[in-house]
Amino acid sequence: MSVLPWLLVGLPATAGLALLVAGRRAEREAAAVGIVVAGVVAVLAALLAATVRGTTSVPFLVVSRLGLRVDGLAALTAMTVGVIALLVLVVALGEISAGRWRFFGLMLVFVAAVMLTVLADDLVGLLAGWEVMGATSYALIAFSWTEPKAVTAGSTALLTTRAADIGLYLAAGAALAGTAGMGGSRLGLSRLSVLPSPWLHVAAAGVLVAAAGKAAQLPFSFWLSGAMRGPSPVSALLHSAAMVAMGGYLLLRLRGLLAAAGWAATTTAWLGAATAVALGAVALLQRDLKQLLAASTSAQLGYVVLAAGLTARGGAVQGGAAQFVAHAATKALLFLAAGVWLHALGTKQLSGLVGAGRRYRLVGAVFTVGAASLAGLPPLSLWASKDAVLAVARGQSLPLYVAGLAGAVLAAGYAGRMIGVVLRPLPVDAEARYDTEAAGTRRVRAVERLPLAVLALAAAALGVLELPAVAGRLGVALGQGDRVSPSWGELALSGGLAVAAVAAAAWRGNRVPSPRWALSWFGLQAAAGAVVVRPVLGLARLLARVDDRLLDPAVAGVATGTRRAARLAARLDDHGVDRAVERIVSGTRRLAEFARRPQTGQVHQYYAQAAVLLGFAVVLLLIVR
Amino acid sequence: MLLSLLVFLPVLAAVVLVLWRGAPVRLVHVVWVAVSVAEVVGFVGLWIAYARGAGRSGANPYAFDTDRAWIPGAGSGYHVGVDGLSLPLLAMTAVVFTAAAVYSRRESRDPLQFAALFLALETTCLGLFVALDLILFFVFFDLSIVGMYFVIAGWGHGATRAASALKFFLYTFVGSLALLLGFIGLYVAADPHTFDMVELTRQMPLAGHGASATLVLLAIAVGLAVKTPTFPFHTWLPPAHTDAPAAGSAVLAGVLLKMGTYGFVRITMPMLPDAWRGLAWLFVVIGVVSALWGALVALAQTNFKRMIAYTSVNHMGYILLAVGAAGLLGGTDATARSVAVAGAIVQMVSHGLITAALFLLAGVLFDRGGTYDMDRYGGLAAVAPRYAALTAAAAFASLGIPGFSGFIAEFQIFAGSLPSATVATAIAVLGILVTAGLFLIALQRMFLGLRRDGRPFADLTGGELLAIGPLMLLSLAIGVFPRLVLGVIDPAARAVVVLVSR
Repeated sequence: MSVLPWLLVGLPATAGLALLVAGRRAEREAAAVGIVVAGVVAVLAALLAATVRGTTSVPFLVVSRLGLRVDGLAALTAMTVGVIALLVLVVALGEISAGRWRFFGLMLVFVAAVMLTVLADDLVGLLAGWEVMGATSYALIAFSWTEPKAVTAGSTALLTTRAADIGLYLAAGAALAGTAGMGGSRLGLSRLSVLPSPWLHVAAAGVLVAAAGKAAQLPFSFWLSGAMRGPSPVSALLHSAAMVAMGGYLLLRLRGLLAAAGWAATTTAWLGAATAVALGAVALLQRDLKQLLAASTSAQLGYVVLAAGLTARGGAVQGGAAQFVAHAATKALLFLAAGVWLHALGTKQLSGLVGAGRRYRLVGAVFTVGAASLAGLPPLSLWASKDAVLAVARGQSLPLYVAGLAGAVLAAGYAGRMIGVVLRPLPVDAEARYDTEAAGTRRVRAVERLPLAVLALAAAALGVLELPAVAGRLGVALGQGDRVSPSWGELALSGGLAVAAVAAAAWRGNRVPSPRWALSWFGLQAAAGAVVVRPVLGLARLLARVDDRLLDPAVAGVATGTRRAARLAARLDDHGVDRAVERIVSGTRRLAEFARRPQTGQVHQYYAQAAVLLGFAVVLLLIVR
Repeated sequence: MLLSLLVFLPVLAAVVLVLWRGAPVRLVHVVWVAVSVAEVVGFVGLWIAYARGAGRSGANPYAFDTDRAWIPGAGSGYHVGVDGLSLPLLAMTAVVFTAAAVYSRRESRDPLQFAALFLALETTCLGLFVALDLILFFVFFDLSIVGMYFVIAGWGHGATRAASALKFFLYTFVGSLALLLGFIGLYVAADPHTFDMVELTRQMPLAGHGASATLVLLAIAVGLAVKTPTFPFHTWLPPAHTDAPAAGSAVLAGVLLKMGTYGFVRITMPMLPDAWRGLAWLFVVIGVVSALWGALVALAQTNFKRMIAYTSVNHMGYILLAVGAAGLLGGTDATARSVAVAGAIVQMVSHGLITAALFLLAGVLFDRGGTYDMDRYGGLAAVAPRYAALTAAAAFASLGIPGFSGFIAEFQIFAGSLPSATVATAIAVLGILVTAGLFLIALQRMFLGLRRDGRPFADLTGGELLAIGPLMLLSLAIGVFPRLVLGVIDPAARAVVVLVSR
């Protein structure tokens, strides 16, 4: 086992931190550093995929070493992330002109966190990568920190995904509880699927929730909507190959755990299918291109999630992985193209982008290729990968298959809409519709063209992953035994539906309604605000008031009580004890004066006193006797 | 001898400073910083020596120990020594005091007395962590309260500082009386009567005396809980912090709070194991309530310093959860419980570093703007980027983002506590979400968005960076290479788990 996997994490982390620490001083060199490091990472990832398999670890906690594991799935994913990160950073060169040290620094740290997430062999490393990914995503989404809405969107993204991350903390605890008395790395991912009940189910539930949060599946999808306020290169990386995709990746990686828990696999499959349909519908009815793409990310990752939950006929990990890779290339392309338009034309509204593909022909062409792939048009990549997943789904449950197919039709619908919009002839009043977000530059930089072309090629050609010869070998590399290929009938059905839906939607173009439930993504964010955020804030204020008005005064009350008791004691002292002592003294004195009275110094009086006393004594003696 | 020298060097320096009345201000500060740095070097050296097995003899778990007669009639001796529990805290103490010293370069009110007071305070803190005799422990415990009283009352700001200082003093002093009561209970039960902690740990004098053991445990626990502080004894903390000078707050939160949590693992768990196990559920509950209460009340604050003060209640709550869970033996294995205890110890060190940094940063805020009210600021990242970046880093460290020490602490606490206290841990872990929320809100209020007004706000000076930066770097180092501290903490945590399971 080589040092390569460690480099893949350590190199971007170190370079990124160095840029962040250097701050503005590194503004000029930041882009070069970022792109060179990303390039090295991409090469290293390819090298890793080609040469390295196995596990490497270093001591970390007493119950767990920190391990990195390179298997077929991890190698494929790491390579995808590395290549797409590089291409995105090259495009960012054109778009990010100020604060480059911060942008490239954060992006590199983010890439390091993604690599750690991909390669981690235990829950400590996984959670570390996972949470740093969330934290850097906050900083990247809120990159334009003077805009309160961007900052709020970053906070929403971090808080929503962290709420789901709690599942991973619980899974770690369950792993520890379920391996009582055992040695070795007790938090290893491979051990999760053999945990005893009930810990197995706790771990499965925790992983499922955490992954659903990151992958923006229902009901967590809403954070992705706000996250579109980040710069387009950020969206292009976070919402294609990394971050969101990591949720799908984690489920693919831990499909054994889901299957072992039984219910978890079924739930996962249905969660993916439901998200594909629901967010597909949301995407279809958007007005804003980036919102459409964001909703489609949730929906498309639904197929990866669905694949992870399928257990029939050897599972669908090969199809899921192919979907992951194909979607990464396709979606990165689409986000970058949308960003180029936003930069040039100042708008991301679909109404403003009518004919945009004709105005900038290269961008229009690659965008159309990406959208056609997203639509599932044969023979492009997402058509093939989606069908590979659906074929297994059909073997497991017909309703699941139908739901998946419905999602595919919706995908063809929203992708067809995009094609129809951008390829329409430029309207005469086009200029009037631009600059809705910011003033556009009206030009596309050369540096942005090459990465777009590469991604378009990938989005089109990655369908080869489903050619029987390639798919079989990929399946073996991913540890899948017997693979189910989609039948010709299935391929024809999905292809035919896609063509029909694309044609219909392209013809309708912008003539679709945008109901409020779609624009607000089913009002999920409002619901989270009403059900979670506001009650928590209210509770916080209530408890603060209890602290200030009840607990603190109670303590102060003890103090005042003590002082009052002290005053009482002092009064008792002054008026009680002291007075009593004085009375005793004065009484004694009076007695003494009384006792002095007989001492007159005159002998006859002494005789008389003695006689009286003697008489008394005699009387007393007589009585007593 | 070496250990005693390290402990008393600061107070000796303080005496020299006080006697040397006419010392120039600059020189006073140089002496202060030099002594503090010497302490850091000394304890790091001691740590390395300890890790290599030096200073220990035979089966004695304490290294570099000295045991001299002190008050023989009362069974109390001058007994000091270190082990894997105390060394990380000693090193952290030395580091936090150094940061406070470096930060206080521009203290203008009686700088000589200020320096002498902090040096003396450092000795009381170090002394507490090396003490192996309950009376010695108690003496250092109370002297630290006295020292901090003068820091707040003499150098604090705000009209209420005298009241806040008095509240702090009386509250923790009353707590210390409960502590003393418990100590006397242990003394009386021991045969022969002694206050020696090693001997009491060996004897477990109240083992099998159900009710009296529980009463003694409760007395000690109340004393420690006031100092920690845990719910519901925490109300002295916010005013004390709000009115204390920045360096005082850093020491108060960074070091003094740890005296309480250290007492739990050093005194109650090893000396009263069966009573601890009997009441473990109570400590778990107090831990969970403190963690959530502290986080939620912090969320409602608008005063930056008060908010940080409340997050301390939250972080200390996690420690209580872990040490409580370590006392619930049913159906769990010792290794998992030792993970929880190790997490608790890392949390003490981690919270010391991060919260000290946050309080010094709050001091910078007050220095520039004259208020802690977060809503009075806004958009500061534009004019003070270094300050904004460092505060953001400290905030993320405090909310437990991996890469910093807080994650190593909290991950171990949650993973290690869940097997024995499943539901409680699942509730407590929600706290990390609330702390994330409150820090994001704070960052947004103070640093992001547009500036509210054009008042100048100078960025961090070199001196301030030199004081705060190293704290964050250490937190980062522990977060990335936790073996640095776990090398000594893991065996110590294991030992505590064995002791409490007897």
